[in-house]
Amino acid sequence: MSAHVQSAPFDPAAQLRDFGRGAGAIVTFTGIVRDEGGTLSALEIEHYPGMTERLLAEYGERAANRFGLSDWHILHRHGTIAVGEPIMMVATAARHRRAAFEGADYLMDWLKSRAPFWKREIRRDGSVAWVAARDGDEDDLARWQDA
Amino acid sequence: MTLEVLYFASLRERVGTPRETVETQAATVRALMAELSARSAGHAAAFADPASLRCAVDQQLANLDAPLDGVRELAFFPPMTGG
Repeated sequence: MSAHVQSAPFDPAAQLRDFGRGAGAIVTFTGIVRDEGGTLSALEIEHYPGMTERLLAEYGERAANRFGLSDWHILHRHGTIAVGEPIMMVATAARHRRAAFEGADYLMDWLKSRAPFWKREIRRDGSVAWVAARDGDEDDLARWQDA
Repeated sequence: MTLEVLYFASLRERVGTPRETVETQAATVRALMAELSARSAGHAAAFADPASLRCAVDQQLANLDAPLDGVRELAFFPPMTGG
């Protein structure tokens, strides 16, 4: 059970060593920087140091209690992240698949709209633009009714 | 009372600083926003559209009508875009 915020790149497979020992089901999600049709060069991610780490751990615990997870792992990067590199990952472990899937889905919906991260696109043409939040992200979160 | 006010992402760019120390008697976040708006054109621009703002009071997500009594750190930012 752990939450991490770091600027360094990570290997999703290496993160799963020793994860969820004894579980019957493990679900993992990895978010990767898209090239947006060849226009993007990198993402730059800003966060709220202190609050981010605490909230990630709080929501990991909340997911564990709600879905009966035996283990969970959240890792989110900040700083400059090149196209093709992993931005973040979530892993959940449970006795059966449904809890693991739902726990990961819940954590992702929450991370999208409530974790204090902000993305900025660094484009190949040199322009820079903040990524706007999607209305759909709020709808996704509302499905769990405890936002 | 004295508060540390933090700004993130586009709000930080508009205001022109990541943090500032503020002396205020404002009772709520919204009341403080009105005071801060008078500080500079950048502040006014940052607070022009309250519906697009989010805030955290002592690192807990809060709404704009949250009381400021006893608060030490207040942060303003646009909707989050993690994941």
